[in-house]
Amino acid sequence: MSTPIVSAIAGDRAAGPPMPAREASTPGRGPLRLAAQRLRRDRVAVVSMVVIVVLVLSAIAAPVVAHLVGHGPDTQYRDTGLTPAGLPVGPSREFLLGTDGLGRDVLVRVVYGARISLLVGVVSTVLAVTAGVLIGLTAGYYGGVVDVFLARFMDAVLSFPFLLLAVALVSIVGPSLTITVLVIAFFSWAAVGRVVRGQTLVIKEREYVQAAHALGAGDLRIMLLDVFPNLIAPVIVYTTLLIPTAIVFESTLSFLGLGVVPPTPTWGNMLAESLQFYQVAWWFVLFPGLALLITTLAFNLLGDSVRDALDPGTERLFAGGSR
Amino acid sequence: MTVAPALLRLENVVKYFPIRTGTLARRTVAQIRAVDGVSLAVRSGETLGLVGETGSGKSTLARCVTRLQDLTAGRIVFAGTDISRLSRHRLRPIRRDLQIIFQDPYGSLNPHRRVGSIIAEPFAVHRLAGGAERRHRVQELMELVGLNPEHYNRFPAEFSGGQRQRIGIARALALRPRLLICDEPVSALDVSIQAQILNLLVDLQDELSLTYVFIAHDLSVVRHVSDRVAVMYLGKVVEVAPVEQIYRRPRHPYTAALLSAEPVPDPDASDRRNRIVLAGDPPSPVDPPPGCPFHPRCFRAQPRCAVEAPALTPRLDDGPDHPTACHFPLGEP
Repeated sequence: MSTPIVSAIAGDRAAGPPMPAREASTPGRGPLRLAAQRLRRDRVAVVSMVVIVVLVLSAIAAPVVAHLVGHGPDTQYRDTGLTPAGLPVGPSREFLLGTDGLGRDVLVRVVYGARISLLVGVVSTVLAVTAGVLIGLTAGYYGGVVDVFLARFMDAVLSFPFLLLAVALVSIVGPSLTITVLVIAFFSWAAVGRVVRGQTLVIKEREYVQAAHALGAGDLRIMLLDVFPNLIAPVIVYTTLLIPTAIVFESTLSFLGLGVVPPTPTWGNMLAESLQFYQVAWWFVLFPGLALLITTLAFNLLGDSVRDALDPGTERLFAGGSR
Repeated sequence: MTVAPALLRLENVVKYFPIRTGTLARRTVAQIRAVDGVSLAVRSGETLGLVGETGSGKSTLARCVTRLQDLTAGRIVFAGTDISRLSRHRLRPIRRDLQIIFQDPYGSLNPHRRVGSIIAEPFAVHRLAGGAERRHRVQELMELVGLNPEHYNRFPAEFSGGQRQRIGIARALALRPRLLICDEPVSALDVSIQAQILNLLVDLQDELSLTYVFIAHDLSVVRHVSDRVAVMYLGKVVEVAPVEQIYRRPRHPYTAALLSAEPVPDPDASDRRNRIVLAGDPPSPVDPPPGCPFHPRCFRAQPRCAVEAPALTPRLDDGPDHPTACHFPLGEP
């Protein structure tokens, strides 16, 4: 158990002998706590978060959904799920969101697709942000030759034609979930790295970093305790904005047949399959597309709100400001 | 009183910043001569005021002395050790005795750390006083600088500018340094708060037998706290003197001009005295004028000033404690 008094001072462990120290007044609120407070008052942010929570829950509960409607994600219902002419059937009591070209339940497949999309989105973003922070921080903090090398490397990664490389890579190693995640992470980290490097260049000139140097603190300590906490705000914003980008990226790859391999459902490969049927089966195009749209919209709006909450001084560029 | 030994001695300290161009093949096209050959001694227990206009190199000198910046040339001898070339590792124990207070109380405290953690940082870095003992020391320090010790788990944003400067002072004092470099510690504060912080610094000096190098551009502030004053112009020291001498009998024309610019509270007195208004701005430290750096703006300049740089030596009957770098000092025909 840790009391606020104990946690107040760095390097403190559990409460030792009765302390001669005075009691603390109410603990103060840090900049991040204040931002969280502002975020909770932002209606758009709250709605986006609710949407995201619903998405995550339905992704987790995908087997439950499959059980409730009684259809497996990969099972083909050739008798009930296809018209006598062999075309998908529309939304009905049996298939709430209709069926696809092979007589599979679109609802169940959309829900299962959310698993892949969120998994790829979150995992590749975490990888990208971790790499971006480590490399950007190192480049910005040390500067000099290290910076020249790392910054040019980031520029090089950013100027890669990513689809071309993805196509080449997948044709060599074959498409899979792991490759998809790695490809997305590889093309996302450099953007984070650049932002982190820029912030680090600013922060390392601040007087509190100079004060830490004057005290004789080591580089690692300064990076961890004095620079990194001040990077959290931009990193959070980037993370929330990178997740939807990664989800779209995954859908693009799957759409092109370079991502997750069928029959595993993803929104991208569902959209690819639906293109043969868009004239007769609107539901087959609409629902995976809608899922993709709602997800990316929710994450993007949340990202904007997070940025506003962390940086209340700046005005939003487009929104009227009457929120 | 006999002259106390020098705690800090600067010998011909030079700091140039290179100006580079080009992205890949970077080459140096010019040098900013921020500090251009400064020699000074600070005696144990005294306060040396360091004054000069913005850009005169005061802050750069402070950062060189605390080795936040490497020197281009020269020596810094602190407590008998030449610290100007010491490695970071060798410097660490010396940093306990040599601390700095910064100008901006808003920039010098990490907004993401609690005040207790900020003041405890020196103990953490030097692995001193752990656990409850460390917390106790932090609260003692807070009390010493006039903060409420109960506020140690608040964040810097919850304090006023003056209180933040007290936090910075507490952090600098945590390791009981011998020398404290105060880099314009009050110029970012309200006038009413300035007096409080100055008095605190004066009280602390008596209590902890500290030595100060006190940097300011406000002469009335320096007069209040200093024993001796050094005047800087364009990276060079132009005059050093005991505080009462420099205010009563400035020798260098630049010092005189600086003093005459000091606001006087009484408007009648202000009208009566003679103000020396200097023409133009200080020259660029990239391309300082030859000879005496002050000659283009000096009201006593002679042809010799543009050719020959004056040395910092005692003039007239000033005695060894009052050197001036001027060929034609005031009071000399």
